[in-house]
Amino acid sequence: MTSNEIKDLILEIIEDIDDEADFESLDPGEPLRDQLDLDSMDFLDIVMELRKRHQLQIPEEDYPNLATLNSCVTYLEPLLKDA
Amino acid sequence: MQNRRIVITGVGLAAPNASNLKEYRKKLLNGVSGIQEIDLRYFGKAPAGICTFPETKYRKKKENKKGTRAGCLGVYCANEALADAKLDINHYDLSKVGVLIGLTEHGTVETENEVYNIKQFDYDVKYWTHHHNPRTVLNNPAGEITMNLGITGPHYTIGAACAAGNASLIQAVQILRLGEADMVLAGGISESTGSFGIFASFQAQGALANADDPTMASRPFDADRNGIVISEGACVFVLEYLENAVKRGAHIYGEIVGYAMNSDARDFVLPYGKRQAECMRLALERAELQPEDIDLINTHATGTKQGDTEECKAIREVFGESKSTYVNNTKSIIGHAMGAAGVLELAGNLPSFEDNLVHPTINIENLDPECELDNLVINKPVKVSSITSILNNSFGMVGINSAVIVKKVLDYQENPPL
Repeated sequence: MTSNEIKDLILEIIEDIDDEADFESLDPGEPLRDQLDLDSMDFLDIVMELRKRHQLQIPEEDYPNLATLNSCVTYLEPLLKDA
Repeated sequence: MQNRRIVITGVGLAAPNASNLKEYRKKLLNGVSGIQEIDLRYFGKAPAGICTFPETKYRKKKENKKGTRAGCLGVYCANEALADAKLDINHYDLSKVGVLIGLTEHGTVETENEVYNIKQFDYDVKYWTHHHNPRTVLNNPAGEITMNLGITGPHYTIGAACAAGNASLIQAVQILRLGEADMVLAGGISESTGSFGIFASFQAQGALANADDPTMASRPFDADRNGIVISEGACVFVLEYLENAVKRGAHIYGEIVGYAMNSDARDFVLPYGKRQAECMRLALERAELQPEDIDLINTHATGTKQGDTEECKAIREVFGESKSTYVNNTKSIIGHAMGAAGVLELAGNLPSFEDNLVHPTINIENLDPECELDNLVINKPVKVSSITSILNNSFGMVGINSAVIVKKVLDYQENPPL
């Protein structure tokens, strides 16, 4: 997956969680939870969806890597390079 | 403390045939059934009641997805009850507001769904949702209401099988009288129509109704009845002290003047008229009323031979001498809303205090002789001179009985409460 495809994947998962999520003014360098209506359970939904869709088992200590859209890309790019 | 008077000032509901009291009352008076045929996973087709209401009126779709169907029903009804009561939740100290919800069961639907969902992952529990526990804890529906409304007082649910709606009202009166809350949102909720297991269990027990026309499937007291019609439903009441309701100029639906609960201590599923009669008598005693003071009894009868006849026996035993007590059955129109049944049925009858009409028991074509009761209102509404008190029966499995008596409030201006 390219970095843009990974960004789209994350946004698609968030849209499944909240179809009213507004991505217009989303800053990819700022924490997703500060900008969107996401709580800890929603965040775990993202982790679960990555597991379901791409069999990724993300360890809890790596969760901070999923804080921003940019950090998601950086963290997931090597894991999804063959996806 | 014992004498503080507790009144109902708001009603929010979701029934299979309506999503507000006005519409619901109209449908009940006209005997318009809310029963349809549904198709359940594994089980197949069955008559059932499903609620249609604006699910995103008071909370986002995202929250509905995260929560439970029971939570969704509860949030809708709680907000509707407050709106009906013309009560801003901040009128009361939010730490002195309680939420008490009666449930027949909870978690069955969510567990069945999750087992089904992980089937596609070969039952690998790594894919079991993190939402399972917050969705299935037994306080879930009441807790979802507190999160939605910012209520910080006590919330919990009352598990009382199909007597749960009445049990929540009883518990609400008790905590109000203890001074532990100033206002309580009390009611009952059922999402059981989402569970194939509940249908299959009633079927295995020989207690599930079927009919070519689903609107004819729920027929308590009819000789040709063949069981229960399971319905989704919810109803939440605003309960306040009479003096506070009067002070804020609230419309008062009625006052809870008596109640009782007892146990059969006898059988897992079979009802027992003797204890039901004892329960009704105890409620009358606590209300300081005689049987002839009750103008209307809403029966629990669900459309099973033994359940219907045991309750009729109990009513005959307690009210046999009363010529002025009318009897009806709401389940014939909306099905059995389980944990919501007691409150939803009471809500449908509360407008009697204003219109003096008794809504009918429908689908009686061939009255079971064992269910003949004086003043059983059949197929058409009856206009009476005055209705000032209602006794609401709700019974449930494992031998639980409840009766709540609500009275029209006529005296508060003349005799201000202490």
